[in-house]
Amino acid sequence: MANLLTARRGRLRWDWTDWAAHLYLVLGTLVMFGPVLWLGLSSVKSESGLQAYPPTILPYEQARIDVPERGTLKLFHVTQGEHAGQDLAEVRRLGLQSQLVDPANPGTLIRLPIEARTPVMRLHAAWENFTDLFSQFSFARIVWNSVFITVVATVLTLLVNSMAAFALSKYKFSGRDQVFLLMLATLMIPPTIVLVPNYLIASQLGLTNSPWGVIWPAVATPTGVFLLRQYMLTLPDELLEAARMDHASEWRIYWRIILPLSSPALAVLAIFSVMWRWNEFLWPMVVLSRSESFTLPLALNSFQGELTTQWHFLLAMTVLTLLPVTAIFVVLQRHIAQGIASAGVK
Amino acid sequence: MVKLVAALYAALMNLPERPMKWAQSQLSGGRLGWVFVGPNLAIFAIFTFLPIAFDLHYALTGGTQLLPGDRPYVGAENFASLLDCTDHFDPNSCRRDLFWHGIWNTLAFVGLQVGLMLFFSLLTAIVLNGRIIGRSFFRAAFFYPVLLSPVVVALIWKWILQREGLLNAAMEGVGATPVNWLLDGNWAFFWSVFVSIWAHMGFYTLILLAGLQSIPAEINEASQMDATRPFRHFTRITLPLLMPNVLVVLVLGLIRAVQIFDEVYVLTGGGPGSATTFVVQYIYKTGFADQVRQYGLAAAASLLLASVLLVLTLIQMKGQGGGKQRG
Amino acid sequence: MSRKILIAAMAGVLAAGAAQAGDVRIACYSDGNECEATEVLAARFMAQNSDIKIIIDKQPFKSIQENLPVQLAAGQGPDIARTTDFGPVAKYMLDLTPYLKDPKYWEASFGPVLNWMRKDSSDHGIYGLMTQLTISAPLVNKTLFDQAGVPVPKAGATWDDWAAAVKKVSVATKLNAGMAWDRSGARFAGPSISMGAKYFAADGSPAVVDDGFKTAASKYVAWSQDGTVDRDVWVAAGGGYRDAFAEFANGKIAMYLSGSWQLTRLEKQIGDGFEWVVASAPCGVGGCTGMPGGAGFVAFKNTKNPKDVAKFLDFLADEKVYAEWMVMTNNVPAHTALQKQSLPYKLSPAGNAAITAFGANAALLTPLAYKLQGDPMSRPIFGAVADRISAVMAGQMTLDQAYARITADVADAVAATKK
Repeated sequence: MANLLTARRGRLRWDWTDWAAHLYLVLGTLVMFGPVLWLGLSSVKSESGLQAYPPTILPYEQARIDVPERGTLKLFHVTQGEHAGQDLAEVRRLGLQSQLVDPANPGTLIRLPIEARTPVMRLHAAWENFTDLFSQFSFARIVWNSVFITVVATVLTLLVNSMAAFALSKYKFSGRDQVFLLMLATLMIPPTIVLVPNYLIASQLGLTNSPWGVIWPAVATPTGVFLLRQYMLTLPDELLEAARMDHASEWRIYWRIILPLSSPALAVLAIFSVMWRWNEFLWPMVVLSRSESFTLPLALNSFQGELTTQWHFLLAMTVLTLLPVTAIFVVLQRHIAQGIASAGVK
Repeated sequence: MVKLVAALYAALMNLPERPMKWAQSQLSGGRLGWVFVGPNLAIFAIFTFLPIAFDLHYALTGGTQLLPGDRPYVGAENFASLLDCTDHFDPNSCRRDLFWHGIWNTLAFVGLQVGLMLFFSLLTAIVLNGRIIGRSFFRAAFFYPVLLSPVVVALIWKWILQREGLLNAAMEGVGATPVNWLLDGNWAFFWSVFVSIWAHMGFYTLILLAGLQSIPAEINEASQMDATRPFRHFTRITLPLLMPNVLVVLVLGLIRAVQIFDEVYVLTGGGPGSATTFVVQYIYKTGFADQVRQYGLAAAASLLLASVLLVLTLIQMKGQGGGKQRG
Repeated sequence: MSRKILIAAMAGVLAAGAAQAGDVRIACYSDGNECEATEVLAARFMAQNSDIKIIIDKQPFKSIQENLPVQLAAGQGPDIARTTDFGPVAKYMLDLTPYLKDPKYWEASFGPVLNWMRKDSSDHGIYGLMTQLTISAPLVNKTLFDQAGVPVPKAGATWDDWAAAVKKVSVATKLNAGMAWDRSGARFAGPSISMGAKYFAADGSPAVVDDGFKTAASKYVAWSQDGTVDRDVWVAAGGGYRDAFAEFANGKIAMYLSGSWQLTRLEKQIGDGFEWVVASAPCGVGGCTGMPGGAGFVAFKNTKNPKDVAKFLDFLADEKVYAEWMVMTNNVPAHTALQKQSLPYKLSPAGNAAITAFGANAALLTPLAYKLQGDPMSRPIFGAVADRISAVMAGQMTLDQAYARITADVADAVAATKK
């Protein structure tokens, strides 16, 4: 315990605290990451495999066999009686009785009680969950919509928020602190409660069914302004003074000096913005109602009907949506950690 | 590639040079700041402040009409009906029992979730700050769920926790009796706390880890030399130095927790009964999901919630005192 | 140079959103393949009518349920939408009568369900086309009954007979519960009407809690406590719908009160896993009724092309096309003439037997069941019943408190719509 609570660079020997720490991390990783793996495995299960209980870790389905003149039949393993140990194909089932044939000798019917047989299972990944998706939607269009909204909204967010943060950190004007407080106060508004009025406004502005209807309301984020302002406060004012001496315009100072110096904080905001826009569901659902303007989360949820949900498609779609974000994260994870470290709190 | 991006950046950013120069010549001193905050403020005005004004109007009018002009004025009736209880501590005695279930559940949730989340992110940050093999891997693994959307988070856990789910199958596998995790009020509440911690703690861990790493090594080494009481060292030296980070975690965590909605809504639907019904869910249900939509009630409830939040923030800012310079 | 490219790019992006006038937009949601089947028929329609373009927007059900009224209020929205909840959009719906080829054919073929889309009894408009008729009915795992040696109750058996039978099966085959009902006030309405609930006062206003209703509610709660009924299905969710299909498909219950929309899933996900049959709705003093239901394509006033909208719906309503549509989607027709025919469904023998049994159940539906389903207050009633009775089952209130809450919830909804 002693060393767990204090840093201990420089020691060489492992003691029990090191073991405990690693154990904690390994268990934690299982809890944090295991459920996502489970989602991935489930997404390649067949429709009935998803409903099965107890669930299997890997995607299994009942083996089938082509029997001449009888078509493709399900394979069963016989556990009792004279055929015990054999794998037979079921022709049909009548109540509590099953009629099976030996695939090698399909002419003779064998009758068995149903409890005398268990299904033969085999590994089978239902890739059709994924491939069928592509025929369900104009997939390229939906991906393009999502990418367009994410990229444009992120660029605009960075621009608009950094401008505001620049003013709030480097200028003194009356009303500045009030403006900052007002922006922070909007953090308190749960987005759910302004959904309806926002739709009325968006519709007045002609923004419905257009990607801009998703982009504009998202561009001014209180979190972004807060994060960037805190970071810019740490940049020395002397830099600005020196530039002013050289007769640089204020706008030039902003984009030539302040923005490049704020890149760690901008990177963090960029990651968050990408994540927010890519995953956003409720507002796009309200503002976009035409399939050609749909984003990925909307298409994903169109598998939810009133009375039934097509889980196999929904899970496959979820995995597809996760892939790009995961890829970006894997590539950038070091920068995210450093960015939060340098920008998150000052 | 880098050059192209740089050139594009320069070309783009040069566009407003002239109008901005003109603005600079017209405005003296710090007033140019208004031009810089302008775009952000304008968007806020249209998509946040204006809707709140709408909400105020909705709160004072009744009926199920959606267009503000069609709604009859009812005064404070919506607020009165929300607050109408014989005993405010017993939701069943209230006219709007779900609203009050939501309030008490939200309070309990906020206390439990924020406290536990702080504890676990602090613990994880401390562990990660130690001598760890594969630190960046573990840091990434703990952060990954932050990337998931709330709906996906809830779907994953629902799939695990439902009666015919993975967890129960595993328990049956080792001979334990399966539990209906989402059917018992207390368990359902526990899991909503757990899942929301699962989804968010990575972010807070990184903030705290950053704070720990910025504590100069000499301080730790110096105290390690003479101190034999590590816990004391932690509470007396590390924690105070970490306080600004802890505060950020607390404030952000509180704001998020009070607004808890989509994760739990998809996970439990607010059940069993009303055991995991929170205030924002009541607002959503009343104004948006119910067959007869009472926008007035929903708006009144959201204004009540917003004013509570505002008061909380003001208290927090007062309490922080010198926080203004630091933010 | 770079500036010009940029401006051109921006202009291109802005232009991409514009839509053409002359299109017919349909907001559709699927419980199975309804939207896809409609797309197939729409393609054929467009081949015959090259001047009309039908565009089907497949959406989440939630999106239609929650956003459609908001969109319509703002003067936006589609020309046609598939919805089950006509009340909130009633005032935006378009009376198609003047545009239809033969309104009398519509009256004759869809008479009983046209009322559901009407505002009140003085309204004689035709507002849309039901995309199917759903009938709630008991689905039975006959294999479990056989294993237990208990005969499946015959047509005319009461709810008490059924409760006793499934209880026996559950004991003999070691199930946790004998039967389950979908968590839905609409599902609950079938048994409660059969047990004598009236749902309306003499003047036609909602009066949910009466002796018949109390009988049904107290029986249901008691059954959920002694393991006759699977309590979890209702308790698991705080609000909204939850089905018990997984429980039925996994052989955890002997009887499942659901309905005809499950047919495709029964075929696909159970197949011959066990023997499943559709039974006749259990009886009581109020009859032997399930509940009718279903979604409809309704047209809206703000459409620019009412003639084209009507033309497409006329096309779908045509007896031949409608029959084809039903076969494609494995649905029971809302078309009265087609209900009497046997359609060439591409189903297994069990599936064909099931669809015949659903048809037989349709004949048992009482007028009260139709009236309740079509009443503008039906959804608030169903919501309140499911939520409050679930709360009783979860142990959070007593039955008497639940009765008071249901009455208050419904009165509240009525008062809000009157303002």
